[in-house]
Amino acid sequence: MFLRCRSGFLAAGIGVLTVLAASCERRETSERRMPAPGRLDTPAGLESGLQPGAAIVFPEIRNPYEGDASGISEGRRLYQWYNCSGCHFNGGGGIGPPFLDADWIYGREPANIFNSIVRGRPNGMPAYGRRIPEQQVWQIAAYVASLDPRQPDRAPPGAREPLVQEEGGDREGTGPRGGQQR
Amino acid sequence: MWGGQVQFLHQLSCRADFVKRWGARPAVRTALLASALLVAGGCQREPAPRPTAATPEQRTAAPEPRTANGVREAAWTKEEDGQWAMAAKNWANTRYSRLDQINTGNVNQLRQVWSFNTGIAAGHEAAPLVVGDTMYVVTPYPNVLYALDVRDGGLRWSYRPRPVRAAQGVACCDVVNRGAAYADGRIFFNTLDNHTVAVDAKSGKEVWKTKLGDINLGESMTMAPLVAGNRVLVGNSGGEFGVRGWITALEAGSGKIAWRAYHTGPDKDALIGADFRPFYAGDRGEDLGVKTWPPGQWKIGGGTVWGWISYDPELDMVYYGTGNPGPWNPELREGDNKWTCGLFARRLSDGAAIWFVQFVPHDEHDYDGVNESILVDMPWRGEERKVLLHPERTGFMYVIDRTNGEILSAEPFAHTNWATGVDLQTSRPIKNEEKATGLGKVVRNVCPAAPGAKDWQPSAFSPRTGLLYIPHNNLCMDFEGLEANYIAGTPYVGAEVKMMPGPSGHRGEFTAWDPAAAKAVWKIEERFPAWSGALATAGDVVFYGTMDRWFKAVNAVTGQNLWQHRLGSGIVSQPSTFRGPDGKQYLAVMSGVGGWAGAIVSGQLSAEDGTGALGFVNAMKDLPEHTAAGGAVHVFALP
Repeated sequence: MFLRCRSGFLAAGIGVLTVLAASCERRETSERRMPAPGRLDTPAGLESGLQPGAAIVFPEIRNPYEGDASGISEGRRLYQWYNCSGCHFNGGGGIGPPFLDADWIYGREPANIFNSIVRGRPNGMPAYGRRIPEQQVWQIAAYVASLDPRQPDRAPPGAREPLVQEEGGDREGTGPRGGQQR
Repeated sequence: MWGGQVQFLHQLSCRADFVKRWGARPAVRTALLASALLVAGGCQREPAPRPTAATPEQRTAAPEPRTANGVREAAWTKEEDGQWAMAAKNWANTRYSRLDQINTGNVNQLRQVWSFNTGIAAGHEAAPLVVGDTMYVVTPYPNVLYALDVRDGGLRWSYRPRPVRAAQGVACCDVVNRGAAYADGRIFFNTLDNHTVAVDAKSGKEVWKTKLGDINLGESMTMAPLVAGNRVLVGNSGGEFGVRGWITALEAGSGKIAWRAYHTGPDKDALIGADFRPFYAGDRGEDLGVKTWPPGQWKIGGGTVWGWISYDPELDMVYYGTGNPGPWNPELREGDNKWTCGLFARRLSDGAAIWFVQFVPHDEHDYDGVNESILVDMPWRGEERKVLLHPERTGFMYVIDRTNGEILSAEPFAHTNWATGVDLQTSRPIKNEEKATGLGKVVRNVCPAAPGAKDWQPSAFSPRTGLLYIPHNNLCMDFEGLEANYIAGTPYVGAEVKMMPGPSGHRGEFTAWDPAAAKAVWKIEERFPAWSGALATAGDVVFYGTMDRWFKAVNAVTGQNLWQHRLGSGIVSQPSTFRGPDGKQYLAVMSGVGGWAGAIVSGQLSAEDGTGALGFVNAMKDLPEHTAAGGAVHVFALP
């Protein structure tokens, strides 16, 4: 994060820039002193719903590509290209956890997914921060979020699903792309 | 002759329905005759009682009788010591114990004596070792080594190597460990984060710890070491991460690396030199580990060593198989991709390659060659041969002359449609081009599936029956080749897979195989892949476990189910047996479902995506209805 703040993939939209700036600011702040309450509403956001004392409602961080069909489609391509699919497959999981159930270990808010990709997670999720430009991270995050079956507007059909599409007779109808193929 | 057939068929008719009538096939009859004669009393459940008056030492020192098919233990096999000091029991990998107190007549009285929970949810694939009065078990990640009192399961000590947590991200198929090895007062095992450790067997103190690989290159270690002489032999995993596969010999005393051989690249890296005399012409030539790949591709080409190693002390040869080439999409690596998907014989002291045979040049289906090689002696066309039996992932049972690498036979032991056979003149499989995979191409119903007709789950050989007992799979798959992007430390597969049950819908089989006749004698169908190892004993009982939690004992001659006991979680481990300090025979096994086949449970994967866990989820969607995760070791004895 810190490195990328300096090298800068600043081609992204306003939303990304805002988030980027906020995260840079937070990192610098945290290196100097404990972050003040109210400064955690960044992609470095909370992973626990338990807040000692009075709970603070933070402003929501939105993925700039949320609901953006072409951004999500690009996220899907990148999800393959950066080998996310090698561990999480089409959302069902393998080496990494699935995205199709209600259990999001590190949270399913856009900031949580963003952080999982950029910073990694301790049980095997690689830290991709130095490899994937920030804009692409948001696109991947948008695609990942779209796999969640509780998502009202599911991912648009992908470029390629022959193994899934041509097969009948199992539970594919309720699967990650169920009912939305082409 | 006819009498024998009738008797055997009569016996068959007495068996449980799920034992298929393989014996009724004419071609198999002859091979069954002698076996059938061993079965006295027709439908009588208990065979003639075995002598019990002799001391264990007296009984176990006697050589096993010569079997009807002439297949027997290698001449140098040591006498029974009542222990279980390495995962495969012995260097020959027979997983056979001459202990016979537990036999076909009394096995149904087995009861659990004690158990010990590991508190870990991943797949428990290791064998419980027993040396003296101590049992040693190594867990999946975080690879804790426990020493337990065999009498009552009391915890003597534990050793925690604390592998880095991130290593879990480069374990393709659950964070398993296939066990430890004991030699000269030390326990040796591998950690997921690429360390081999030696621990003092009495105190539990670390003696040495050597780093051998790098998770940032996608490497991990899951296999059980083999210790022979002063060498500890280990290998890496990571064939789905674009690693360069190797085997390494460490000095048992110091942990220093004695030699390492890579399975791709120049001859000098593969320790191929003047002593290398492969039997087949296709394996001869300079630097084939470079020339049989597109330029540079060998550097990330796989050929890992995560299965079983055998050792013949008379020939001084080490035998082991090499894993699949990467990526799975074969179009990205034109050529024979040596030295992947084959079997090496090497000299123990310096690792020099002696011979090599490649089961699958240019693998297209993830058919690793790492399965066990069981060293036995047998007559072949009137001549005594020192052979190894190798139940290949491809579905073919290889019988290979272990002195020179000549394939004597290679017959299918499971449903196979990717190849019609093996050309014994060239060693090459006769591939079915309809099942060839490639970029952007969806190939349907390839049998066996990527985990093969048989994956890591090791078979057992009984010198009393001359049969090999093989736990294995009945799975097929749809396979699509995709682009692959090599990023060190991330998966490098280039394929999307969905597996499904093979013909007749069951997913596992337990097969008794006659290596001389190259035929199955009987088969037991299992609902799920038979993902545990097998154990054969002189009581003519064969043991294995199932993913739906049954620990089973079957008659070694007939396959009749003699006893089964439901454990707390599915069984994907290796059973062992030992003689306790009280002189009684005990049986040990770990429960704890997982591994590649059980990842849907141990990894809490979603059944909604059949491509999950490299496509295994598609075939295992109902496993969570039969078992939950969680490991334990269980010990059984007669009352």
